[in-house]
Amino acid sequence: MKPSLPAKLNTGFAWVLLVVLIAPALVAIPVSLTPKTFLSFPTDELSLQYYRELFSSPEWLSSFWQSSVIGLLSTLLATSIGTLCAIGLWRVSSRAAEVVRSVLLLPLVIPPIIAAMAFSRLYVPLGLIDSYTGLILAHTVLSAPLVLITVSASLAGFDPRLEQASRNLGASNWVTMRRVIIPGIKPGILAGAVFAFISSWDEIVVTLFLSKFSVYTLPRRMWNGIRENTDPTVAAAAVVLMAVTLVAFAIWALASRRAKSAE
Amino acid sequence: MRLPVNSGWLLVLPFLLLVGGLFLGPILNVLWISVTDPALGLENYAQLGSSDTLRRILWTTLRVCLICTAFSVVLGYWIAYAMVHAKGPAQSRMLGLLLVSFWISVLVRTFSWLMLLGRNGVVNSGLESLGIISAPIPFMRNELGVLIGMVHYMVPYAVLPIFAAMQSIDGRVVQASRSLGGSGAQTFWRIYLPLTKPGLVAASLLVFIINLGFYVIPAVLGGGKVLMVAEYISVQVLVTLQWGTAAMLAAILLFGVLALMFLMSRFMKLSTVFGGART
Repeated sequence: MKPSLPAKLNTGFAWVLLVVLIAPALVAIPVSLTPKTFLSFPTDELSLQYYRELFSSPEWLSSFWQSSVIGLLSTLLATSIGTLCAIGLWRVSSRAAEVVRSVLLLPLVIPPIIAAMAFSRLYVPLGLIDSYTGLILAHTVLSAPLVLITVSASLAGFDPRLEQASRNLGASNWVTMRRVIIPGIKPGILAGAVFAFISSWDEIVVTLFLSKFSVYTLPRRMWNGIRENTDPTVAAAAVVLMAVTLVAFAIWALASRRAKSAE
Repeated sequence: MRLPVNSGWLLVLPFLLLVGGLFLGPILNVLWISVTDPALGLENYAQLGSSDTLRRILWTTLRVCLICTAFSVVLGYWIAYAMVHAKGPAQSRMLGLLLVSFWISVLVRTFSWLMLLGRNGVVNSGLESLGIISAPIPFMRNELGVLIGMVHYMVPYAVLPIFAAMQSIDGRVVQASRSLGGSGAQTFWRIYLPLTKPGLVAASLLVFIINLGFYVIPAVLGGGKVLMVAEYISVQVLVTLQWGTAAMLAAILLFGVLALMFLMSRFMKLSTVFGGART
């Protein structure tokens, strides 16, 4: 049966919508190439001066470094505890486990502004405001639920008899986990790690409340630039921020395609 | 040796302790502040009755969230419908575009909207040079700009649960309706749409919940003119240091979100909502 004209129009409109969902974000690219001294679109010529500015300014460079350190360490933590937790809940698999799971997913749905208040109230007496430790822990709490979701999805397709077989053959819990379960759910772990990294790399609201002077992540510095709305360097920063997100996303997309074709 | 409880719980423990100690505990503390700062009692909550500012903020938040949810869900339904009916490679490509937009930073989007919607932004100068308008349309520092930014951000969140619901529909139901003489429109309105209701409800609730606490887009695109709850809370905490009022608003926001979450869980599991894009 050939699709009818209305069906084709429907699909066409959906494609337009999808492109519109992405296109506006790309506006940062031409703005970042402007030769003028204020935020504007380039008219006659393009200039890379704001990328030079971005990569030579000690402030922006330190923000890159801090965002990367916080992103990578919180990803490491979130992926470890999220994966362990997913395996644990999968083994228990009872009503209680489902209740615990929905409690652990709460950081995904509770508004970040409330999380920001809660963290900042907790961190002041602990001296964790404006510290790496504070931000890494906060980002870990916010991103580990993503790992829990992706790893649980992988476990749903994992045959529990493989675990029994491994134990019957005399493998310990630890060996079973390392040699049997984890290799079987690798795609879920990788997806979780990628999403955890992106969510920390982009995080702004909680960071706004927890950082003052010494820890100033890339989104935090961009936030100032956006509020002042004058210096085109912020456009270059936006492009780089987005590029890193897209690279992380591409890693996930390629890996999941490979995993699917291996099945 | 057998442990009295399932050993799986040991693996859950690190995450549970972290969420309990760093997240849920401190949130309970915020609730506590709402009834103890500046003095023990319901003083902060009484402000809701006496302060016009607070009532206006809550009303703005509700209105913006409702409008945004309606637009996002309709557009999301459209995209999900086309995606479900697309063939293999086209479907993967559509899903790819959707997920890319899902993960593009909210800051980058907000910055781009500033460049697009400003007085001399691309949209206004484009319309002017085409002769469609004579004076720039004010998009910024008003609800229109905030809505454009928010709908644009929320559409992917609306698509995922609807897409998951549509994927689970048995295509033969639609064929049966057609072969019994139902027209395309009849089949859609009387068969297809009701079958996607769980997805629609879950999508609406999810989008509404995320909108309620939205901070970045209203704060930047609203430019102080569209004051919603999250921005007001941040001003109370960071500028005027009124923790009592901020905590009270946070408590209301929290209970609203949790109640809607509970409602949503009766239609769709949260992991299905977020994991709906597994094809």
